[in-house]
Amino acid sequence: MSDELRGRIKDVIDNEPVALFMKGTPDLVMCGNSQRALDALRSAGAPITAVNVLPDPQIRQELQALSGWPTIPQVFVRGELIGGADITEELAASGQLERKLADALGEDYRGSAVQKLELV
Amino acid sequence: MERLETLLRDAFPEASDLRVLDRTGTGDHFHVLVRTVRFDGLSLVDQHKLVYAALEEPLGDGTIHELRITTKGT
Repeated sequence: MSDELRGRIKDVIDNEPVALFMKGTPDLVMCGNSQRALDALRSAGAPITAVNVLPDPQIRQELQALSGWPTIPQVFVRGELIGGADITEELAASGQLERKLADALGEDYRGSAVQKLELV
Repeated sequence: MERLETLLRDAFPEASDLRVLDRTGTGDHFHVLVRTVRFDGLSLVDQHKLVYAALEEPLGDGTIHELRITTKGT
């Protein structure tokens, strides 16, 4: 079960342009730091795939084992861990996030729709 | 708060700036700032991972409900 879940999480990280693992959903954010990461990604125009970690504690455990990052939220761009809320905010404020997105996804990366993805 | 500062001082004895702020006054929402030469050349992700490692215990036992991290090299 956990191997399968880990595989599904890895698929999301590797295949989604921008993956945001968060507490709650973009419509109903359950944590201040998840909101900050979401806002920072939106400000950079990122095409966000949001994954709620709250439905099953195992999501968080497997994610942490994969990324080596102990807290939620976690932001990935094309498989690369960008960081949590603080780093994402810092990169957005300095303009580096937009550059990183353009480098990883192409200059026309901007997508306003937030996609929600259920893992369990 | 003192516990967090002690853990960070132990992990980063060479830090040129090290601060722990209790954001809400409730002893569970913290903002820590660390400036150290050890962060020079490291990615922000690796810098924050070192801070997380130093605070593994209070993060794990629920002392820290929410943590903000600011890291700087020299």
